[in-house]
Amino acid sequence: MNGGRDDALLRVEHLQVYFPVRRGLMRRVTGHVHAVEDVSFSVRPREVFGLVGESGCGKTTAGAAVLRLIEPTGGRIFFKGQELSALSEEAMRGKRRDMQLIFQNPYSSLNPRMNVWKLLSEPLRVHFRLSDAELRARVLEMLARIGMTEDQLERYPHQFSGGQKQRISIARALITRPSFVVADEPVSALDVSIQAQILNLMMELQQEMELSMVFISHDLNVVRHISASVGVMYLGSIMELGDTEAVYRHPVHPYTQALLSAVPAHDPTRKSSHIVLEGDVPNPASPPSGCPFRTRCPRCTALCAEQKPALTETEPGHFAACHHIA
Amino acid sequence: MKKKEIIINRALPGNESLLRQLWADPMGRSGLIGVGLVILLAVFAPWIAQYDPAKMHAKEKLLGPCAKYWFGTDHFGRDVFSRIVYGAQVSLEVGIVAVGIAAGFGYLFGLIAGFFEGKVETAIMMAMDVIFAFPSILLALFIVSVLGTSILNTMIAIGIVNIPVFARTVRASVKTVKSTDYIANARSIGLTKMKILFRHVTPNVMAPFTVQATLALSGAILTEASMSFLGLGIQPPNPSWGSMLSDARKYMERAPWLVLFPALFIILTILSFNILGDALRDVLDPKLKL
Amino acid sequence: MDELLKISGLRITTLRGKETVRLLDRVDLSIRKKCSFGIVGESGCGKSITANAVLGLLPYPLRVSEGSIRYDSRAGEKELLKLSKKEMQAVRGEEISMIFQEPMTSLDPIFTVEMQMAEALSFHHPDLSRAEKRERSLEMLRQVNIPRPEQTLSSYPHQLSGGQLQRIMIAIALMNRPRLLLADEPTTALDVTIQAQILRLMNSLKEQNDTSIVMITHDLGVIAETCEEVAVFYAGQIVEQAEVTELFARTAHPYTQGLLRAVTSLGGASRMLYTIPGIVPPGGQWLQGCRFADRCDRCTERCRREMPALTEAAPGHLCRCFLHSEEVEA
Repeated sequence: MNGGRDDALLRVEHLQVYFPVRRGLMRRVTGHVHAVEDVSFSVRPREVFGLVGESGCGKTTAGAAVLRLIEPTGGRIFFKGQELSALSEEAMRGKRRDMQLIFQNPYSSLNPRMNVWKLLSEPLRVHFRLSDAELRARVLEMLARIGMTEDQLERYPHQFSGGQKQRISIARALITRPSFVVADEPVSALDVSIQAQILNLMMELQQEMELSMVFISHDLNVVRHISASVGVMYLGSIMELGDTEAVYRHPVHPYTQALLSAVPAHDPTRKSSHIVLEGDVPNPASPPSGCPFRTRCPRCTALCAEQKPALTETEPGHFAACHHIA
Repeated sequence: MKKKEIIINRALPGNESLLRQLWADPMGRSGLIGVGLVILLAVFAPWIAQYDPAKMHAKEKLLGPCAKYWFGTDHFGRDVFSRIVYGAQVSLEVGIVAVGIAAGFGYLFGLIAGFFEGKVETAIMMAMDVIFAFPSILLALFIVSVLGTSILNTMIAIGIVNIPVFARTVRASVKTVKSTDYIANARSIGLTKMKILFRHVTPNVMAPFTVQATLALSGAILTEASMSFLGLGIQPPNPSWGSMLSDARKYMERAPWLVLFPALFIILTILSFNILGDALRDVLDPKLKL
Repeated sequence: MDELLKISGLRITTLRGKETVRLLDRVDLSIRKKCSFGIVGESGCGKSITANAVLGLLPYPLRVSEGSIRYDSRAGEKELLKLSKKEMQAVRGEEISMIFQEPMTSLDPIFTVEMQMAEALSFHHPDLSRAEKRERSLEMLRQVNIPRPEQTLSSYPHQLSGGQLQRIMIAIALMNRPRLLLADEPTTALDVTIQAQILRLMNSLKEQNDTSIVMITHDLGVIAETCEEVAVFYAGQIVEQAEVTELFARTAHPYTQGLLRAVTSLGGASRMLYTIPGIVPPGGQWLQGCRFADRCDRCTERCRREMPALTEAAPGHLCRCFLHSEEVEA
C-alpha cells in the first residue's frame, strides 16, 4: 500500500481497534464494536494527511489510537522508524512531546479552572526543565503567535470566545514543538466566519513549524483545502486513499463518489445532481460480511458479500477497496 | 443555551468571590445569616449567655420567659437561654468534627474508587453500601453503645455513618470529570496519572464536595440532637438541644417554653444549613439545577 | 392575504442579571404561501429564537417585548402573540410545526415511536380510534421513506439511527398536515449523505402537501439547495434579504459576501482562506452604529456612528448597508 513510502514520518499498518461490549450482571463480553477494522496509511514529513468520513466511521478512534490514547487491539504504528505499539506506557509518555492532539471542542477540552498561563506552561513543565524566565518567554512567544496578548494570561477559558479558545488549545498542543499532530475536527464546533481564521492559523503554523499532521474531519471541503493526501473511511476501513486532488477529481470508489456528490454546492443554479445513498450506516457491533459498504452500494453483487475487497492501486499512488473498479 | 453558559460561568474562577455571589442570591443570603448567627452564638457563648448553663437557681424553677430569664428556666432552675447558647457550641462542635471525619475518609475512598476503578472500586463501594444499608441513627446508636457514651464517641459515630454519602458523591464526580475532554487532553500532553489526579481531577471535584459538606452538617447536627434526645448522645450536665428537648417532655404542659425554644433553634439551624447548601449548589454546580 | 406568516417589528429580550438585553431587534419577515424561506446566520444572531417566538416557545427569561406575528390560519387571520395558551396549542402541530436540530433528544426514550406518533395525533383528533391512528402513522412513515414502517413503529428511539429519527420527527411534525413547517437546523447533526436524503425528502413533501417551510441554518449550501427566498441574520437583525438566486448572484452586504467568500475560497487557488476578522458578537453585545462595522473591510466613519436601515439595493433585494442605500438616496 502507500505504506510503502519509505520516507514516511508516520506509518500505520492494519490498525484495528475493537471495543468489548459487556452485558449482564457479570459484565461478560458478549461482542465487539469494530470501531476501526483495518486502517493503513502513512504521513510524510511536513505533509497534511486528511482522514474523512461520516460520524461513526471510526476516524476519531483511529486518530486517538495512532497516539495510543486508545490502545489499538491490532496492527502496528511506526513513528520516525520506531514502533510505537511496542513502547511501554512510560516511554510513550515521553514521546508525547513530539506527537500531540488538537481536540474538536475547545469548550470542553480546556480545564475550566486553569488560566491561560497554566494551560500553556503545563506541557512545557511536563517535558522540559526550564527556568521561570525561559518558561515565560516560550509561553509569550506562543501566545503572540496565535494572536493573543500578555494581558490575557490570567484569564480563564470561559472568558474567551469559541475561536479564541481553539487558538489556546492549538497553542497548548504546539508549545512543545512537536513534529506530528493529530487534529480531530478542529473547526467543526466553530461558527462559519471563525472556521477560516482557525484553518489559516493552522496552515501557517504547519508551514512554519514543519509539522506533519493527520487532519480528521467530516467536512469534505475543508479536508480538500488543507490536506495533500487523503483517506476516505467507512465503517472502520479505508475505502479510498490517494493524493487529495486525484481523489476529489476522479473518485473511483462508489462511496467516495456518493459522499462527494452529497456536499451542497454554494450555487442555487446548480441544484443537486446528487447520488443519494439509501439507508443508514450499519451498526459497527455487527458489520456486514465482505465489503462494509455493500448494504448501501448501488453496484453491489454477490461477490461483495463474500469477500472483503483489498485496497488496490488504480493509478500510481491512488488506491481503492472495491471489487468493481472498472 | 446562552443562558446556561452564563450561569455556569458564574461558578468559575476569575469571577466574583463565592461569598459575594452567595450574598447576591436571596436564598444564599438568608442561609448565610442563619448559619452566621449560630456560629456567633457558639463562638461568643461565654459573653452572650447571662448565666452558667449548669447553675441551678433552686428558688426559680420552671419560670416562664421574663426579663431576668429571657427563655425561662427549667425544672432545676437553669437558665434556658444560656443552655441554648452553649448548646449551639456543642451542636456545631459535634457537627464539624463529625463531618470532618466523614468528609476526610469519604473523599479518600471516593477518589480512590473513582480514579482507579476495577476491583478496588468494587470493594470500596461494597463496604460503603453495607454502611449505607443501615438506618443512620440506628447505626450511630449502635456504634456509641459499643464505644461508650461521650462527646468524642458521638462525633466518631456520626462521622462513620456519613462516610458513604461523601464517598459516593466524590466517586461520581471523579468519574464525570475523568470522562471529560480536558482529561483526555491532559493525557495527550503526557501527564502522569498522579499529576492528572491532583492537578485536573481534584479541583473540579471540590464544588459538589463543598455542597455535600454543608448539607451533611445539618444532618450531623440533627443526628446529634436525636441521639441526645434518646439519651445516647451528649451526657449531662453538658447542654445539648436534643437532651433539653428530652428533659422537657415531662413538663410540656406546665412549661411549654422548655420544648419551644430548643425545638425552634434546632429547626432554624437545620433550615439555615440546608438553604445555604442549596444556594451553594446553585452557585457552584448550576448544571444540577438546569 | 398572500402571506402565510407576517412578522413585524419583532423584538426579543432576555435578562442578564438585572439588565434587560436585546437578542433580536425589530425584525420584519413575511413568508408567502407554499414558499420555502431560508434564515441563515451564525450563533447568537437570533435566528432560532425567531422561530421559537412564532410558536410561543421562548424559554424563560427570554420574551417578546415588541412587535407582532400575524398568521393566516385556516380559520382566518390570527395575531399569534395575543393567543391564549390553549389557542396556541391548537395552532402548534395543526397549523405550524417545528423540527429541531437534535433528533436524538427530541423523542422521549421511554416510549415507542407508535406511542409518540399517536400522541401527536390524539391531541388534535381525540376521536380517532387506535387502529385509525396506527394506519395514519404508518402512512406518514411511508411518506418519509422509512424502510420497514411496521417494525419501526414498535421500536424505541435508541434502536434507530439519527437519520431515521429525523425522518420520524418530520413525520410527526407533518401528521396533522400543518401549513407551515419551521425547521431549526434539521440536518446539522446529520452526516452529509443523510443530509442529502433529508433535504430531498423535505423538498418533495413541500410539493406534495403544499406546506411552507422556514429553513433555519448556518450553512449557505443548505439554503442554496432548498430555498426560494433567504434572509441573512447578523447580530439580531436582518442584514440582507432576497430571492436565493439573486442573493448568490449579486451578494450585496459585506457580511454575506464575507461568508460566501470564506466557504468558496475552500478549494480555491489561494492556500490562505478569505477570513472575516474579529469574533461573532455574543447575543446582545452589539456595536452602536452598523453592527458589522468592526469586522467589515469597507467600514467608514459613518458606519461607526449611525446604523444603516434595511433598504432596497435592487428590486426585491434588501440590504442593510450604506454602500447600497446611498445609491438610492442620490
